Amino acid sequence: MGNWVQLLFYAFAGVTVLSALSILFTRNVFYAALLLVVTFFGVAAIYVFAAADFVGVTQILVYIGGILVIMIFGIMLTNRLSGQPVTTGVYNKWSGYLTAIALFMVLFYAIIQANFASLQWVQDAQKTEPPIRATVKLIGIRTMGEFVLPFEVIAVLLLLALIGAAFLARRKK
Amino acid sequence: MIPLEHFLILGAILFSIGIAVIVSRKNAIVVLMGIELILNAANINLVAFSQYDPNMLQGQLFAIFVIVLAAAESAVGLAIILRVYHYFKTTSLDRVSELKG
Repeated sequence: MGNWVQLLFYAFAGVTVLSALSILFTRNVFYAALLLVVTFFGVAAIYVFAAADFVGVTQILVYIGGILVIMIFGIMLTNRLSGQPVTTGVYNKWSGYLTAIALFMVLFYAIIQANFASLQWVQDAQKTEPPIRATVKLIGIRTMGEFVLPFEVIAVLLLLALIGAAFLARRKK
Repeated sequence: MIPLEHFLILGAILFSIGIAVIVSRKNAIVVLMGIELILNAANINLVAFSQYDPNMLQGQLFAIFVIVLAAAESAVGLAIILRVYHYFKTTSLDRVSELKG
């Protein structure tokens, strides 16, 4: 049982990393958008493995249902579609890759050195390992309870973003 | 239970790929895609730590707020890109090099 869960986790992690790497190596903007769909699905699966089912569903709804559609609209509106593939230029190629690899080395070293498994609160949580249960009800109670102020603030921010985006994108007379 | 480090390393890989995409691409929309990758990497870390905090779920709520912010950010970003395209007739960040409006 545990082995299968681990195997599935690494399979989804592999899909996520591979599709993200293909975004880095493809020059076709439209392929990059479609590969981003695969990446977001993989990340949603990873959320489920971390016992965050609601966040995973929200990821699929908001990212794939919303952000990706906006991006594909953006690609269509900012290119003259003429039968040729929409490609992006690449610059700073090797310096960019080297920066990313160096950053990953630093992060990897820090994660290994930090040894999070020995932290007190992590060990406390592992001792009283709770049964995995649905988080939807708890998230609803928290959102309307302790987190009601950020919830309202983000509602106002969404309204502002909606008005701002519509205002910016309008065609001037 | 999957070790915490494996989530964090996956997040670090996605973060580095996002940085590489942002640094090396000319098309503004692909740069936005890199930003989304970075936000996803941060979310993986938040959710991974949240499983050790099962009563409060603070990490998961933070992740949901980050997803909402990412949606708002990409909507406004694409609106700006559309304006830039109308003005410069290109979305290549190399050719958008004029500060005078």
